[in-house]
Amino acid sequence: MTTAAELLAGIPELAGAEPVTRVTIPARLEYTYSPGSAQARFLTALPEKRLLAERCPQCTRVYVPPRGACPTCGIATPEQLELPHTGTVTTFCIVNIAAKGLDVEVPYCYAYVLLDGAHVGLHARIGDTPYADVRIGQRVEAVWDDRRLGPSLASISHFRPTGEPDADPESYRRWM
Amino acid sequence: MSSPAPSPVHSGARSGRDVAVVAFAQSSHTRRTDQLSEVELVMPVLHDVLKQTGLTANRIGFTCSGSSDYLAGRAFSFTMALDGVGAWPPISESHVEMDGAWALYEAWVKLQTGEADTALVYSYGKSSPGSVRDVLTRQLDPYTLAPLWPDSIALAALQAQALIDAGLTDERGLARTAVRSRRAATANPHAQLRGSADVEDLLRRPYEVEPLRRHDCPPISDGAAAVILAAGDAARALHANPAWIRGIDHRIEAHQPGVRDLTESPSTRLAAAAAGAFDAPLDAAELHAPFTAQEIVLRRALDLDDRVPVNPSGGPLAANPVMAAGLIRLGEAAALIHRGEAGRVLAHATSGPCLQQNLVAVLESSAGGTR
Repeated sequence: MTTAAELLAGIPELAGAEPVTRVTIPARLEYTYSPGSAQARFLTALPEKRLLAERCPQCTRVYVPPRGACPTCGIATPEQLELPHTGTVTTFCIVNIAAKGLDVEVPYCYAYVLLDGAHVGLHARIGDTPYADVRIGQRVEAVWDDRRLGPSLASISHFRPTGEPDADPESYRRWM
Repeated sequence: MSSPAPSPVHSGARSGRDVAVVAFAQSSHTRRTDQLSEVELVMPVLHDVLKQTGLTANRIGFTCSGSSDYLAGRAFSFTMALDGVGAWPPISESHVEMDGAWALYEAWVKLQTGEADTALVYSYGKSSPGSVRDVLTRQLDPYTLAPLWPDSIALAALQAQALIDAGLTDERGLARTAVRSRRAATANPHAQLRGSADVEDLLRRPYEVEPLRRHDCPPISDGAAAVILAAGDAARALHANPAWIRGIDHRIEAHQPGVRDLTESPSTRLAAAAAGAFDAPLDAAELHAPFTAQEIVLRRALDLDDRVPVNPSGGPLAANPVMAAGLIRLGEAAALIHRGEAGRVLAHATSGPCLQQNLVAVLESSAGGTR
């Protein structure tokens, strides 16, 4: 690898100069994020332990969290509906490396939970069960964190198995 | 400008397929849109522009957008806005981290290749989540200039002072530009600032950054715009009076403002020559000059005298959604032709500090200029 000194050696005017090998230039920009109408409705319902979704009037897909638009059809999704707190694991992984700033002990199980009636998976953790038992098709329910209820998905601590029989693969195959 | 119009450096920008703007839509630009996410801001504009042509997203050959993550404060923010297009089954799509005018340029190139006959171009900017004066400092040289945080108004003030020192304008001349632009905007329902106090009143007000007063600066805007391009017979089928892009080119100057003569814009002049701007008289010009003094620079670079109406829409002094304001100039120029109000219009877009990079397009009706 070429050193900074070797690079300077090619510039006669800088012969003998001390190479600059590092500059620190702090920069900070602050933003006030506004989530928009659809996501604001979703977020403000979470402290009441309600899961709000939106249905596309054209393809009838149900999106949670809602974003106000159907990415498939490119149209507004004005119809709102409330979803139950139960769903099906459609994919999962076991995380063994702690994420910076995340207050969760490793290993933990991270999964897509297809809430009953929804057509996109909700990102969630799976808990209260040995990770070796977590599987696609497993039925789960939300465990709310009463100490952290607020306009954030952190209001849901995790999902835990309901003990029901696994879901019929036909019920979630298209939405994995 | 005293120098003669340069000869076109290349003729590529004026040959090839005939491509026209066949539809244009924009939001009503406002200071804040806290109640709207980006897709909620963009989607009605996309629906409007598609409805004008009767096309649906899946019948568009190519889609290209322009926006900036630095405005949104979020990585890959444009992917969420794409929800408003309906990109399924997967579409041919691209994005530029630039004003939408450059997205239009990419789409124009795509149509030149023959790989598509129609293109949807859109762009949006929500300046309200952050401080746009500070955000724009991040486009400067990160080692020697950005650490000084010279904000966009301070840099524009340097340019304005250079013009005044060169005897090319004065504060009264700048105020006249502001009054003319914002009074023109009274006829534009999408504009944010409509109407203006008179010159004497404006000149009694305090400086923002000397020699610029508030009226010399653009409003801070949230907004979106969209355009549909079509080639040849597709264009003729989609609009009775297509706005043909007779030439389009863009040029860039040195990144460091300190090495440039800020009173001149050689990149604008070269782009204009390559686009054929000097070949025939113009009926109007839409100039992307966010600051009053920059219109003086552009008028000189483009040999525009008082006979050519500049910014009949009100221009960026009346609404300046960053990343969309340049595309809006192309759209407003096309709209003049669509409505039969002009036959040959120049559209200009800029990017970077103090008019660093410039795009010029010449749009004509099928009959050409002038009216």
